[in-house]
Amino acid sequence: MTTSTLEAPTADTAAGAADPSLRLEASPSQRQARQDCRAFVEQHIAPFAGAWDRAGEMPIELVPELRRHGYLGSILPADVGGGGVDAVTYGLLTEEIGRGCSSVRSLLTVHDMSTLALLRWGSAQVKEELVPVMARGERLGALALSEPGAGSDPSAVTTTARQDGEDFVLDGIKKWTTFGEIADELLVLARLGDRLTTFVVSADAPGLRREPLRHMVGTRASRLATITFDGCRVPAHRQVGRPGFGLSHVVGTALDHGRFSVACGSVGIAQACLEASLDYAAERSQGGSRIAEHQLIQRRLTDMIAGTRAARLLCCRAGYLRQEKDPAAISETMIAKYFASRTAVDVANSAIQLHGAVGLSQEKPLERYLRDAKVTEIIEGSTEIQQISIPRYPLQEL
Amino acid sequence: MEARTEERKVKIREFLGKFFRNHELKDEEDIFALGFVNSLLAIQLVGFIEKEFGVAVEDEDLDLDNFRSINKIEELVERKTPVAV
Repeated sequence: MTTSTLEAPTADTAAGAADPSLRLEASPSQRQARQDCRAFVEQHIAPFAGAWDRAGEMPIELVPELRRHGYLGSILPADVGGGGVDAVTYGLLTEEIGRGCSSVRSLLTVHDMSTLALLRWGSAQVKEELVPVMARGERLGALALSEPGAGSDPSAVTTTARQDGEDFVLDGIKKWTTFGEIADELLVLARLGDRLTTFVVSADAPGLRREPLRHMVGTRASRLATITFDGCRVPAHRQVGRPGFGLSHVVGTALDHGRFSVACGSVGIAQACLEASLDYAAERSQGGSRIAEHQLIQRRLTDMIAGTRAARLLCCRAGYLRQEKDPAAISETMIAKYFASRTAVDVANSAIQLHGAVGLSQEKPLERYLRDAKVTEIIEGSTEIQQISIPRYPLQEL
Repeated sequence: MEARTEERKVKIREFLGKFFRNHELKDEEDIFALGFVNSLLAIQLVGFIEKEFGVAVEDEDLDLDNFRSINKIEELVERKTPVAV
């Protein structure tokens, strides 16, 4: 397990002593993990991401590769079968995967967020039987939250649960469930009487049907599904958290992680756009000189560089606080997600503008980056939801 | 014992006070009735209790009454804190 490097003052550097060390740099092990991940992405993901996007599906054959390299469940503690990486490292790995393919990043987002919620709030039986296989990536998890009439306001869900003997019975429709098409376990928010309650439902449970959902604007390969629960029976031990706490605590835990993952993945999109733009500006001539020599291009690149860097720093700060289990991590993660997702859209827009017609075509992945970036402003709390949530939190000191 | 109870209440008051601007929260005041609590504060409160007092808030502790006021939160922490031998 690696450690975060934004270190708290030690006895040597406590108040009174000169302390020049607000260090914001990756440790050697974090750098190595990132480098290994980049190599994996270059070999197994980035060259194929465009084809997966056009086909509308990430191939299921990638899942064992992700598992074998430890990228599924990497944030889960090692003692339950996960990778046990620290949150800063996790953020860096998520950025690298997001740089290659936002749909693959989405798989890690929804799998890890649902598994973490089960680890935190699941029954003893779920923790014993389900969490380890999910932490090892042997069963895939997803979050079935949104409904046709419940998106930014998940308290409006109409999927119902009722107790019937030893089981619960679920009825309703979930829509836009990322990787709902292939997930093995679905974390489902339902209404038990008037109390929002969460259940983990096996995808092969009787009464559960799923249909692939295609033709979305972005993260097109992320195997979205519409999931119908029609008298779907769920054993009692698969209730997650107490009735009434399904949204605030169980889904809340999942979404908090999801925001961190999406934030870091957004930095990955911005980084990919930036690298493509720097390369193109250095090779493309216009008016007798490389466009990198043009001041308007330089200004655009500067904004792209500064935005990407700032977003990454916010993610690193959020990762550090998460690793420290600081309660402020929730609001800092929200700020990181808000800024990084908007930055990804801005930087992708700039990259296309800089590339001209090439940027609009499928010759380059920039149009995919822009479509994927737009998705990050909608999922795990839209930009507008962050805008009304962030001011409610106390201001934090750096 | 009383000193420890008061010390814990001070920490809880300080944490909640950051959210309740321009309102001096009393120990017995119902924070839900005041309308300040949303689901994000609720989960942050769990994180605060665990980090600050070194106790694990578990599924069976999820009862609104345990989080209703400074006094109630302190009582939860007291119950969750192992008794020193």
